[in-house]
Amino acid sequence: MKLDKFWISVVVVLVAGFAFTKLVDNEFYFFATYVVLQGLVMAVAWNILGGFTGYVNFGSAGFFALGAYTMVALNKAFGLPLPVMVLIAGTLSGLLGLGVGYISLRLKGVYFAIATLAIALVLETVVNNSHYLGGAAGTYVIQPKESFIFDNYIELLFMFMLLIAVVATAVSRYLSASRLGMGLAAVRDDEVAAECMGVPTLKLKLISTTTMGIFMGLAGSLFPFFVTFVDPVSAFSLLIAVNSIAMPMIGGTAVWYGPVIGALVLGVVQETATVTISSELNLLIVGVMLVGFITMAPRGIVGLYEDYKAKRKGQNNG
Amino acid sequence: MFTPELLLNAVVAGLMLGSFYAAVALGLSITFGQLDIVNIAHPTFVILGSFVAYIINENFGLDPVLIGVLFMPIFYFIGTTLYRVYYASFERTGQESLSGLAFFFGLMFIIEVVLILTFGVDYRLVEADYIGQTLHLGPLDFPYRMLVPAIAACIVTGAVVLYMNKTFMGKAILAVSQDRLALQLMGANPLQVKRIALGIAIATAALAGALLIIIQPVEPSVGRMYIGRIFAIVVLGGMGSISGTFLAAILIGVVESIISTFYGPSWAPAVGFGILLLTLAIRPQGIFGRA
Amino acid sequence: MKTTRKISFRNWMLTGVLATGLAVSSVFAPVAKAADPLKIGFSMALTGPLAGAGKAALIAMQIWKDDVNKAGGLLGRQVEFVYYDDATSPSKVPGIYTKLLNVDKVDLVVSSYGTNEISPAMPIVMRKGLVFMSLFGLAVNDKFNYDRYFQIMPAGPIPKDDWSRGFFKLAMEQSPAPKTIALLSEDADFALSAVAGARRHAKRIGLKVVYDRTFPFGSPDVTSVMRAIKAANADLVYIGSYPGGSVGLVKAANELGLKAKMFGGGMVGLQFAGIQKNLGPLLNGIVNYDFWVPEKTLNFPGVNAFLKKYQVAAKGKGVDPFGHYLPPFAYAYLQILGDAVTAVGNLDQKKIAEYIHKTTFSTVVGNVKFAKNGEWATTRTLQVQFRDVAPNDIGQFNKPGKRIVLYPDSVKSGAIQYPFRK
Repeated sequence: MKLDKFWISVVVVLVAGFAFTKLVDNEFYFFATYVVLQGLVMAVAWNILGGFTGYVNFGSAGFFALGAYTMVALNKAFGLPLPVMVLIAGTLSGLLGLGVGYISLRLKGVYFAIATLAIALVLETVVNNSHYLGGAAGTYVIQPKESFIFDNYIELLFMFMLLIAVVATAVSRYLSASRLGMGLAAVRDDEVAAECMGVPTLKLKLISTTTMGIFMGLAGSLFPFFVTFVDPVSAFSLLIAVNSIAMPMIGGTAVWYGPVIGALVLGVVQETATVTISSELNLLIVGVMLVGFITMAPRGIVGLYEDYKAKRKGQNNG
Repeated sequence: MFTPELLLNAVVAGLMLGSFYAAVALGLSITFGQLDIVNIAHPTFVILGSFVAYIINENFGLDPVLIGVLFMPIFYFIGTTLYRVYYASFERTGQESLSGLAFFFGLMFIIEVVLILTFGVDYRLVEADYIGQTLHLGPLDFPYRMLVPAIAACIVTGAVVLYMNKTFMGKAILAVSQDRLALQLMGANPLQVKRIALGIAIATAALAGALLIIIQPVEPSVGRMYIGRIFAIVVLGGMGSISGTFLAAILIGVVESIISTFYGPSWAPAVGFGILLLTLAIRPQGIFGRA
Repeated sequence: MKTTRKISFRNWMLTGVLATGLAVSSVFAPVAKAADPLKIGFSMALTGPLAGAGKAALIAMQIWKDDVNKAGGLLGRQVEFVYYDDATSPSKVPGIYTKLLNVDKVDLVVSSYGTNEISPAMPIVMRKGLVFMSLFGLAVNDKFNYDRYFQIMPAGPIPKDDWSRGFFKLAMEQSPAPKTIALLSEDADFALSAVAGARRHAKRIGLKVVYDRTFPFGSPDVTSVMRAIKAANADLVYIGSYPGGSVGLVKAANELGLKAKMFGGGMVGLQFAGIQKNLGPLLNGIVNYDFWVPEKTLNFPGVNAFLKKYQVAAKGKGVDPFGHYLPPFAYAYLQILGDAVTAVGNLDQKKIAEYIHKTTFSTVVGNVKFAKNGEWATTRTLQVQFRDVAPNDIGQFNKPGKRIVLYPDSVKSGAIQYPFRK
């Protein structure tokens, strides 16, 4: 029953997204929703590792940028069809995720977090010194003229990102609902105990880091076509790393829909702030929301809602 | 282009730069290494220190280092207050690792934006007579702009090491991370110990900030450049070992200096983090850490 | 008691989320406004690394708007700005321009400040066929070849090379002529392009390149880099750097006693009063690029009146107090657009573009004529030399005599001091 509901809403979301591209002309909505969806994919991906297993990834921007720069290189070298390049980009950052998973063998807690940060910084230095990828000066990516069945390229990118977001959410839901998810939770709560109980912790962690890597790479893969100009500062942006941590924290890290909610709320607030309050306040909002939620509502919006429900129930019973 | 003189000067410059890195990393070594508080906002507190030094220097012409020292008590107070908030929100409920991290992330943004709103994003600098002067000793150059911060950094690091090893409270701070039982046997209140430790950590940021603005012009988001570097230093130094942190800072400083003198300076940061990654893979307890 | 408080707080939080939702829906609802004012839309770097420049540009643009509106507006309509902060982040730019064009329905667009924030707007502006006045983009149009793009920075028709042409012309006029050069660039877009141009000049002239490196953006200490340059012992030292790096390099050059004949080139930051005051006499002799300095030869009609207004408006805003470098150009790029719209008499973008192409405009930055690619038809990138700078006096930089214009000849105000340090 529950499963049906989820898949129905998946279909509804995709159909609605498609209808959106056909009915709405105003390109701005596609740009704005694209950014929110990109944040959503990053948040969901981060949570697959961070929320489910407790391993904190500081270097989300590194995975994102690996996806983006793989696209830049592939596009420049071969000019393959978009979906093919996207898959290759996802695969590469999935492999990076796998490597990170092996690091988690040796490094726990903050050491792991620092290692991911270091990986991102090394990648950034490599890109900075790579003439082929445009180096620190950045590089242009020209959008193709034809846009499949859509009116323009941004609609195509929007629909593609929506598809990635839906797949990421479905995978995240599957991971948390299945036996796998219980194993991951065991890793989070007490890795040593889980290991002793016969939980294949390494395998679980590898699945988790690889999945995270794939989706972060996918989120980044469309970025060059979205901005048409990629430089290391924007591809490795600190805001990407912050958002992919802040969104799940605000939504709630314990369940698969937590990051989705967090990403929608924070993403929409940020996009709104960009076009309404044009000032430094935008960053301040992220900071204040993040600090506010984790000090006062540590289980995020999901937690707030559950408490609210529990209270209602308590009142009805009493 | 290689000459022994150049190498010698590169090493000397690296030593001075590394000492300065130690001053920035010192506070993080205490919070992150000894208290397990992942204060990613530490560099931002350093920038706050830089701006304090800038305002006072601009208006009253005091020496930046002196300003840094004078403001240490105020920063100490900020640190202890911060610990109260941190404890009430996270440690008490046992959620410090992930939530605490995100908390400091958010704090970093808030401080940065408040600085931007107050001062704008212009680069700020301080003035002192010795800036721009150089001490020449034989073939060696010691620009005072680097030498003064380096000496101040060594003094503050030394003072903290002495404090940790010689005083009751210092030993208690070391015990917080190593041996809680010993702490209880010592009869110290762990909350008070941690509060004081975080106070000291933030206090060092006041001085480090003053040193930073002597070396380079500062704008509110400069701190971000230091996040990776100082975490690398603290981990390399073996988490919480103050003298280890100092040695690691010197190592990073010298390596960066030699690389940027003889090879492309553009590769210097990767080398630092490369060392870090290698260390993490081979010897996670750090080069100078306890086995 | 305790629980009640907690619950009320949670209710409050929920209200917050709800309010967010409402705020969002209000943005997505198209804003209905009287079609009367003429709206000019743009994104600007008001936060992030380039905000210092972005905010100064905005002040200049608002002065233009007030001037125009006082004189009756454009096409008889009052001018209104619609602008958003791009936070110096290229990824925000496409969204902002689509919002401007599709939701705010602005009549005209101009660019944000800086190459990286201009490029991402190009595909959107091009698709709509709009005239695009751009503010300090370096060779953006090389990739797009858009015939309605006009760039106000006086780099010249071949921006990347014209940028340093003056530096090398001056160098080769000296006797004995310099033979070697050291090139150093901070690792980010503008500096790299500037030094790439210098490299081509050096090759063309036949200078021997004895040092050629880049250093990471925002490096805390550049002393070791300067030491390597000093050891290379080049006649010329050409540097492309950003404010933080520029300050460090100037200090290091003095500390180590750099012995080059000419030192400077493309150092960003030395144009700003705050940095000039701090460096003081350390600047003396440096030859660096600039766009406007208070020399008699650059006293174009209207520029002093503009700067007077700017200096009043800039007080307490945390931007450059004198407004020499960028602000006159931020005023001028709107001045040109306004003149063209007035001359054409309507908002036909094709006609406006054609008019801008064929006209020589008289602006606060002098006469401006555009080349086919939308850059200035001839370079007017100044090479200025710092002279007789006294310590600790910010006021001196608002007067002539401290930054002597050596190049181009049309606005030259003095002769070079060579070698740069006696």
